[in-house]
Amino acid sequence: MKILLITEQRDATWNKVSFETLVAAQQIAAQTGGKLVGAVMGKGVDTLAGALATKKLDEVLLVEHDLLEKYTADGYTHALKQVIAQAQPDLVLLPHTYQVRDFAPKLAASLGKGMIGDCIGYRYENGKLVFVRQMFQGKTAADVAFQAAAPWFATLQAGAFRADQAQDGAAKAPVNHVSVNLKPEDIRTVPLELFREAKQAVDLTQAPIIVAIGRGIKEQKNLPLVENLAKVLGGEIAASRPICDEGWLPMDRQIGSSGQTVAPKLYIALGISGAIQHVVGMKGSRTVVAVNKDANAPIFEVADYGIVGDIFEVIPALAEELEKAKSA
Amino acid sequence: MNIAVCIKQVPAKDAPLQIPEGGAWIRETDIGFETNEPDGYALEEALRLKEKHGGEVVAISMGPERVKQTIKEAMAKGADRGIHVVDDKFFQLDPLGSARSLAAAIQKEKFDLILTGLQSDDHGFGQTGVLLAELLGLPHATIIMQIEVQDGRMRLKRELEAGWFQWMEAPLPAVLSIQSGINKPRYATLKGIMAAKKKEIASIPRASLGVDATPTQKVERIYVPAKTKKTEILTGTAREAAAKLVEKLKHEARVL
Repeated sequence: MKILLITEQRDATWNKVSFETLVAAQQIAAQTGGKLVGAVMGKGVDTLAGALATKKLDEVLLVEHDLLEKYTADGYTHALKQVIAQAQPDLVLLPHTYQVRDFAPKLAASLGKGMIGDCIGYRYENGKLVFVRQMFQGKTAADVAFQAAAPWFATLQAGAFRADQAQDGAAKAPVNHVSVNLKPEDIRTVPLELFREAKQAVDLTQAPIIVAIGRGIKEQKNLPLVENLAKVLGGEIAASRPICDEGWLPMDRQIGSSGQTVAPKLYIALGISGAIQHVVGMKGSRTVVAVNKDANAPIFEVADYGIVGDIFEVIPALAEELEKAKSA
Repeated sequence: MNIAVCIKQVPAKDAPLQIPEGGAWIRETDIGFETNEPDGYALEEALRLKEKHGGEVVAISMGPERVKQTIKEAMAKGADRGIHVVDDKFFQLDPLGSARSLAAAIQKEKFDLILTGLQSDDHGFGQTGVLLAELLGLPHATIIMQIEVQDGRMRLKRELEAGWFQWMEAPLPAVLSIQSGINKPRYATLKGIMAAKKKEIASIPRASLGVDATPTQKVERIYVPAKTKKTEILTGTAREAAAKLVEKLKHEARVL
């Protein structure tokens, strides 16, 4: 099976999920006895192509064009269609980033193909490749197989594979330029400046203990309960997206794909169901505690300790027990 | 400005999910359904654009008879009319099949803007908006946090990862996928609910659209995922469980 890995960079800085996806691509290539080709797109990214070429793969395609300097869905789709026509892959793998979500379904559909998105793993059994993805906000997993002829498209969730497991190559892979034909009129949208909303007031990535709250808190007036627990623990308070969307906590307290990614020594998830978007931001934590009234909540999948119960009973009890333990 | 909003109906958040042995979809009997929460933000955005720029908002949903309820709720909040693409086996469609069907229904009319939510809370494919744009030959943008319309063009605020945003411009017509949290969706008023009774829902059998929905991918089975981490569930009253937890955190995990 010939695999084309499409990496992601911005201003010549890698999106690191690219290397997690590389691991999956290397594994599938080894299992299917296929070739692995990696593509680097942009402008002035030859250094990145050189870096990728040190990894174990058969070839690196360097796709450079003035119109690829800034990402646009139209530009990337046009360029990658040409890359795919030349490389003739069976399987196109991409990291499931916000950017990839923005163009990969379009790219696949422009070739009349489907895309299996946001996969957390795969299985290769009896010559058949099956991708595993989550459904129902992580409450169930699904085995999904391609039905039509190749090329197939799949994207892999951040954290599904470990970038440090990427194998280096015995020798440097050849870097070959692919020239693509792009005209300004192919691109219908105009990308403008990037910015951050406000200076991050708190850097949750440095907090050793995080107490995070989700929908289970029900109302803003219940927040002091959690703030008290965080105080007793000497930890920072954080939240899943819905809480920040409501404005109950500032956006810089949000953990997850659109917020901060943290790995504290202790993460306490209170009334958080554990949707994928949240879990990707905290699953590297050393010890995870989950309290939720729903025993089937996916947050328990990543928890070391779980309490199935009412957070309004457990939070004050926990705060008291911690005080007791402190004074003991 | 005429706006179509694609709205999905999904199993209710707290619905107990039962998977038939070897099944590829959940058992639908005895569970409640509700409007896909992310789509509520797209509807709200459409209503606000209409209030500012005029025109009409059309709520489009696909699925069996029960999805009419979701369309009615959208109309009670202010959508002017509805389109129901009727398909009892909607859950079997893959993202491309769904998008082709919706695109065929949308193409029967002329919209300036087509909005979708970010993703559905059931399948969670998150592809519909982008696919619609490709199939309709329109430009698109996703994960949108702000829309400003002026002189037939849009200035859009796109959310990127890790707290970054980007401004961009796009022409009309276009397709936008709306990020959850962009606005505070309104509740239906009693007046709105009464007014919705007089609004029209056009039913289009999906089969009549003549769309090739040969699946490109197939969900072979769904299942409760195997645990990757061994979770120790602490039992007892809240107080007992809390005491056990403190003990574990102190002496076993040694994080206190």
